[in-house]
Amino acid sequence: MNSGDTSFMLLATALVMFMTPGLALFYGGLVRQKNVLATIMHSIFCLGIISIIWVLYGYSLAFGPDIGGIVGNLDLIGLKGVGLDPGPYADTIPGLLFCAFQLMFAIITPALISGAYAERMKFSAFLLFTVLWSTFVYMPVCHWVWGQGGWLGRLGALDFAGGTVIHINSACAAFAAAVFMGKRKGWGQEALHPHNLPMTILGSGILWIGWFGFNAGSALTAGKIATLAFFTTQIAAGCALMSWVAAEWIIQGKPTTLGAASGAVAGLVAVTPAAGFVGPVSAIIIGLIAGALCYCAIFLKTRFGYDDALDVVAVHGVGGLWGALATGLFASLYWNPDGADGLFFGNPNQFLIQAAGAGASIAYSLVVSLIILKIVDTAVGLRVSEEDEIMGLDLSQHSEIGYTQ
Amino acid sequence: MKKIEAIIKPFKLDDVKEGLNEIGITGMTIYEVKGHGRQKGHKEIYRGAEYVVDFIPKIKIELIVGADIVEQVVEKIRNSANTGKIGDGKIFVLPVEDVIRVRTGEHGKDAI
Repeated sequence: MNSGDTSFMLLATALVMFMTPGLALFYGGLVRQKNVLATIMHSIFCLGIISIIWVLYGYSLAFGPDIGGIVGNLDLIGLKGVGLDPGPYADTIPGLLFCAFQLMFAIITPALISGAYAERMKFSAFLLFTVLWSTFVYMPVCHWVWGQGGWLGRLGALDFAGGTVIHINSACAAFAAAVFMGKRKGWGQEALHPHNLPMTILGSGILWIGWFGFNAGSALTAGKIATLAFFTTQIAAGCALMSWVAAEWIIQGKPTTLGAASGAVAGLVAVTPAAGFVGPVSAIIIGLIAGALCYCAIFLKTRFGYDDALDVVAVHGVGGLWGALATGLFASLYWNPDGADGLFFGNPNQFLIQAAGAGASIAYSLVVSLIILKIVDTAVGLRVSEEDEIMGLDLSQHSEIGYTQ
Repeated sequence: MKKIEAIIKPFKLDDVKEGLNEIGITGMTIYEVKGHGRQKGHKEIYRGAEYVVDFIPKIKIELIVGADIVEQVVEKIRNSANTGKIGDGKIFVLPVEDVIRVRTGEHGKDAI
């Protein structure tokens, strides 16, 4: 047990927790005024429901003793045996602290999906979907990559802080939800403007600071690799901010603040799997490509006609996929001897492993998310009525309004 | 008597009001309105989605004056609202049959 590591991880855990209210503001500002509270609730409520699931059985499914590389068993149900001594996943901090750190990841992942179905999902459907998705998609995919015996981890896939587990995974569910639920009323005909961009920008700033806990904390010790991850996180986010704005300035003629905020998040997403495996110069390239690439990806939804309301697919899906592949390109044993070399450092095999990991997670998350959406739709109905949608979810689902008139 | 309706750029309201005060006009009614003429609207961009906002905010001023000073008032509004750029607005002059002051019941020019 190391008190330096323990205090670092306690703070990192709190920083990751702070990302979820940050996401609530980020998403809340992007919707119309009549849906601001419902959108915030989609993130905030995950802090409640996932905490309970995690203790009851979630941690066990994700990190319990392995069943065939696919999922953990139920030995750790109710956190049985997860105590204050250093556990199997981290040698220098209490097992319960590792469990708490991972809980914050499990909370924000389903919250990320809510950007896709914003402004039209019933609260009851959100709740049921979140419980089922966490149980049948998040916990297994988390086990594949990080659980002891998980098949992707054994294959050698590198995912430092969750590019595949969190971003690709949630973005595929977001795509499934956007397609399955259909478009918001008025999509493509009327302007569905963000109602409060300063709120969104504040949210992106909170996400950014929280991401230092997310990425640096994923080192699990306060040392060299945490420092590397901290630094690459900042560099990639800054570069992606610049390149998103540059791309839109060239293509549409104006640099926008929403572009800056979105670009920063795209860079943070892309560097997530790479943070502790790549050097600072690689982080520049990862960030520069992430910003411009995710900006181009926002046009996919208009092209293919799915209403991913807040661009989860473009930012987290495309950004996450780029990050997973980029890890296979730029990873370097020079920077992290416990990692691997990527394609550019003479190991093309790593790139293939990364692609396989991303592909498997995409396929699994898409299919299982669709099944879950079908179940929830049959059980409680996914969408609010047309009347409720026009009135706004704040009034129809929660009997509140965000702002007095 | 004439009614003058002037649609102007919102930031020019104070100049117009002061200009009218200078020539002794003290009463007027203003509205916050939206519209466009040849100027058309402006463009907004949110995450790559471009929206043309057709109707842009304007101020509409209404005042009733005697026929003898119409030219002077119109000239004053025109001068004080003019920026020389497209979108400066329009002034309409309409005939008014009668004016009645609610408090006293006076009619016509005395009631202005």
